[in-house]
Amino acid sequence: MPNSEHLSRQYDSELEDIRSRVLQMGGLVESQILAAIECLASGNVELMAQVTDTDRRVNSCEVEIDEACSHVIARRQPAARDLRLIMAVSKIVTDLERTGDEAEKIARMARQIHGRGRLQIPRSADVSQAGQLAVAMLRRVLDAMARLDATEAERIIAEDVTIDDAFRGIVRQLVTYMMEDPRTISTALDIVWIAKAIERIGDHAKNVAEQIIYIVHGTDVRHTTREGHGEPDGAE
Amino acid sequence: MPDPKPALDSLPLKAHAAGLNFHYGDFHALKNIEMPIHDKRVTALIGPSGCGKSTFLRCFNRMHDLYPGNRYEGEIRLQPDNVNLLDRAVDPIEVRMRLSMVFQKPNPFPKTLFENVAYGLRVRGIKRRAVLEEKVEEALRGAALWNEVKDRLHEQAFNLSGGQQQRLCIARALATEPELLLFDEPTSALDPIATASIEELIAELKEKVTILIVTHNMQQAARVSDFTAYMYLGELIEFGWTDDIFIKPKNPQTEAYITGRFG
Repeated sequence: MPNSEHLSRQYDSELEDIRSRVLQMGGLVESQILAAIECLASGNVELMAQVTDTDRRVNSCEVEIDEACSHVIARRQPAARDLRLIMAVSKIVTDLERTGDEAEKIARMARQIHGRGRLQIPRSADVSQAGQLAVAMLRRVLDAMARLDATEAERIIAEDVTIDDAFRGIVRQLVTYMMEDPRTISTALDIVWIAKAIERIGDHAKNVAEQIIYIVHGTDVRHTTREGHGEPDGAE
Repeated sequence: MPDPKPALDSLPLKAHAAGLNFHYGDFHALKNIEMPIHDKRVTALIGPSGCGKSTFLRCFNRMHDLYPGNRYEGEIRLQPDNVNLLDRAVDPIEVRMRLSMVFQKPNPFPKTLFENVAYGLRVRGIKRRAVLEEKVEEALRGAALWNEVKDRLHEQAFNLSGGQQQRLCIARALATEPELLLFDEPTSALDPIATASIEELIAELKEKVTILIVTHNMQQAARVSDFTAYMYLGELIEFGWTDDIFIKPKNPQTEAYITGRFG
C-alpha cells in the first residue's frame, strides 16, 4: 500500500483517528474476554462487574466509530482504499461489539456456575485453553489490522478451524459427563454455552480478517472460506 | 465470487482509439492512446489539468484541424462503418455531422430557442416547417427542457437561466441525432440543481446514444459513467468499469488521484 498522504491533512487525520479508535476498541474487547475467562476459573465477582462495565464502553465505541465513518462519507466522498477502509471498519466494529457481548455471556455463565457452588467444573481446562486461543486470534487480527497485513489475515482465517474443532471436542466430552451423571447436566450445559461463545469469538475474529483482506486487495472473501467444514456459519 | 459485469471485450464498440498521438506544434499532448468507447455507454475522462483529456475529446470531432501546426497520428475508428475519423481524406464536416459536442459554458446562438435547436437541421437541408417543429420538440423533450420552454420557443435563448441554456445546447446537439455525444465539462459552470438535472439527462440519453464526457468533478464521473479513463501527462493510465476504478483501481497512480493523494 502506498503511504503517501492526502492533499488534505485534515482528511488524513480523520482516517487515522478512525483506525486508531478501532484498535482501541479491539483492546477493550480483548481485556473483556481475558477477564471473562478468568471469571470462569476464579469466580471473582468484581471481575464479572468489570466485564459488564467494559461492555458499555465497547458499545459506545461502536456507535461513535460508525458515526465518524458516516461523517467521512458525507464530507469527503472517499474512494478506492479509503472507501474500502470506511466500509470495512463499519463492519469490523459490529464484529468487535458482538465479541464483547460473547465475553459478557461467558462472565454471566461463569457466575451461574460458581453460584451453584460446584467446585468441580468438567473440562474447564479445555475451555480455558480454547478461550486463550480465541484471545490470541483476536490479538493477531488487531495487529494485522494495524499493519494492514493481508497475508497474516489469510493465515488467521485458515486457523479458525482450530477453535471450531476445540468446541466440537468439548461438546463431545461434556455429553459423556451428562450421560453418566445427570446431576452435571445444568453445569455442563453452561459450559457448552461458554464454549459456543468462544467459538463465536473465533468466527468474529475471522470476519475481521476477511475485512482486512478487503481493505488491502479489494476482494471480498466472505462466504468463500468454509467449504468442506460442514456446519453453516451464522456469523458470516 | 462471480463478477456480474460482462467482460470488456464482449461489449460492442462505438469507437476505438489506437496508437493515437497528438502534437500541438512541438508539444506532444497525447501519447499512444489506446482506448475503447463502448456503444450506448457513458465513458468519463478524468485526470488533472493538462493531462490531455480535453485534447483527446476534441480529436473526435477534428476540432484541432482549425489551428495550424497541430498534428495527429494513429486512428480513431468510428463504428459501425469503421471509418478513421482522423484520416486526412475524411472531411471533418462529415465527421461533425455524426457527432455533437457540448461545451463547458453554455454557448447558445444569438437566436430564438427554436432557431437554436433547428439550426443543425437547417444546415442539413431540412426546410419543411412541420418536420422542423417535430424535431425541435423531440430534441427539447430529450434534453428535459420542453415543459419549461414550450410557450416561449420564439424568445431569445439568452433569456434562459444558465442550466436551461446548457440543456438548450444539449437539445441543439441532440436534434441532429448524433451517434456520439461529446461533453466537455458540461456542468462546471452550473449550480448543483442544474448539474443534477444534466446528470439525470445523461443517464436517460445513454439509452439512445454513446456519450464521452470530460469532467473535473470525480464524483460526477463516479455518478454518471459506466467506464472511466484516468489520464496523466498525455497518457492513458487506466481504463475500466467505473465501479472498479473507484473501488479497486489497479494502478497506484489512479488510486492516488481519485483518493485525493495526488500532488
